[in-house]
Amino acid sequence: MSDEKKDGFEPTIVGFLCNWCTYAAADVAGSSRLQYPHNVRAIRTMCSGSVDPLYILRALFSGADAVLVSGCRPGDCHYVSGNYKERRRMLVLKTILDTLGLEPDRVWLRWVAASEVPKFAATMNEITAEVKKLGPNPIGGAWSV
Amino acid sequence: MAKTVGFSVKDGSVTGAMRRLLKELLEKKLVDAVLVPLELPSREMVVQTLVMQADVLDAANPLAPVLPVTTANIISKITRLASSQKKVAVVARSCELRALIELLKLKQASLDNIMLIGVDCFGTFSVPDYKQFGQENQAPGDVFVKAVKAGKADARLREACQICEYPYPLVSDITVALIGSDLDKQLLLLANTPAGELVVDGLGLPAAAGDGRQAAVDKLVAERVKRRDEVFGQTLAETRGLEKLTSVFAPCIGCHNCRDMCPICYCRECVFDSQTFAFEADKYLDWASRKGALRVPTDTLLFHVTRLNHMATSCVGCGLCQQACPADVPVFRIFRLVGSKVQPLFDYVPGRSVDEPLPLTTFKEAEFEKVGFE
Repeated sequence: MSDEKKDGFEPTIVGFLCNWCTYAAADVAGSSRLQYPHNVRAIRTMCSGSVDPLYILRALFSGADAVLVSGCRPGDCHYVSGNYKERRRMLVLKTILDTLGLEPDRVWLRWVAASEVPKFAATMNEITAEVKKLGPNPIGGAWSV
Repeated sequence: MAKTVGFSVKDGSVTGAMRRLLKELLEKKLVDAVLVPLELPSREMVVQTLVMQADVLDAANPLAPVLPVTTANIISKITRLASSQKKVAVVARSCELRALIELLKLKQASLDNIMLIGVDCFGTFSVPDYKQFGQENQAPGDVFVKAVKAGKADARLREACQICEYPYPLVSDITVALIGSDLDKQLLLLANTPAGELVVDGLGLPAAAGDGRQAAVDKLVAERVKRRDEVFGQTLAETRGLEKLTSVFAPCIGCHNCRDMCPICYCRECVFDSQTFAFEADKYLDWASRKGALRVPTDTLLFHVTRLNHMATSCVGCGLCQQACPADVPVFRIFRLVGSKVQPLFDYVPGRSVDEPLPLTTFKEAEFEKVGFE
């Protein structure tokens, strides 16, 4: 891919955001007019722990350039331990993708509390910039998946 | 240390000794029933059977080198609704027992009143290969064990068995030790639990020394590990990366046999059998237009990689996924390789212990803090 094309590349990032923390932070970021990239398409979930790898894979295989799961900080899960369990699941998912040679770097996991509004914007900026460096997800153009 | 006793082998027939042993269990009322593979008169196949009448055990052939279905699934099916007050002895191989332990932790089976008799395993053939082998030989179990003991490598062994590093039972009440035993004289019985000891005591057998066993086990495991690592290297070279992976899965016909035969895949309704991924025609055309083209039915890779995410931590490497694949997709190789990467993350060996929680059902507060941050 030419640099020119890569420069103009706007990634699609599917974000599974926990209702009790990151989604609330995103909401406040919006209503307080805090700028963050439009690349993240937010999907509200009741807990990061309810995000089965199936949903992440489905997004990636359908052509999302990256998937973010963002939940409550360790120890703060509204349901006690959902985020800890999700962390293990994400480790497994990333290990599987790595073993199969399928770019585990396109899967992100972050903890953003409801009060951490600037951190939410900064995280979205960081992820968008990193995914731009990765370029488009090759699975997005593969018809035979 | 397990209590070790000897059980005599007559006329060089280990199968005969196994039959006598199981008959004694029933006759002395040490158990009420035995679940064991029985040979059909045609010798074309062995089928797992619940036996309550001792003379039927003349057809028992637990050493027949074939694994049509895993005993783990059978026990799950029998005990899931309610276990029995009757005592059942279950004769099974290492991979079957390991899968059973995983199903127990997944709350899909009960071991109440189940006596696990684990038999050392030298490997199994595919169902068609065994069918031929059984017809060619009067006593297929004995012929097979004798050939192995004579040091003959059999090319018909399924790949799953060639690379299995657990030929001995990890969890059992009684282990029938074939590895390192002088099978012309006797087979060794190791009583690993109080329940197992009770049964062994009830048989009134002489104590025996199991000296050579550990060294023989180590030697066999080392051979298997060597072969395993060769297969892993080959699998990585042949399947890694999007292009190779989609080629490897191209022949998949979506029958889901691999899932149906997998002892770990227990969901009564799989999401891939649901309407979750059913869409209107326009949706498919939309995707086709975005990608330029679209393979249909869709979601072949999604099915396999999702299954990996759901069961790789518990995969025991029985290889029944492969045996069930009509299109010869190397599912076993890929799943076994991925399992070997995923399980060590949690220092987890599927089926090693009833007490170790499933990795995805537990956690520690301080662990894997870098996940998602690399």
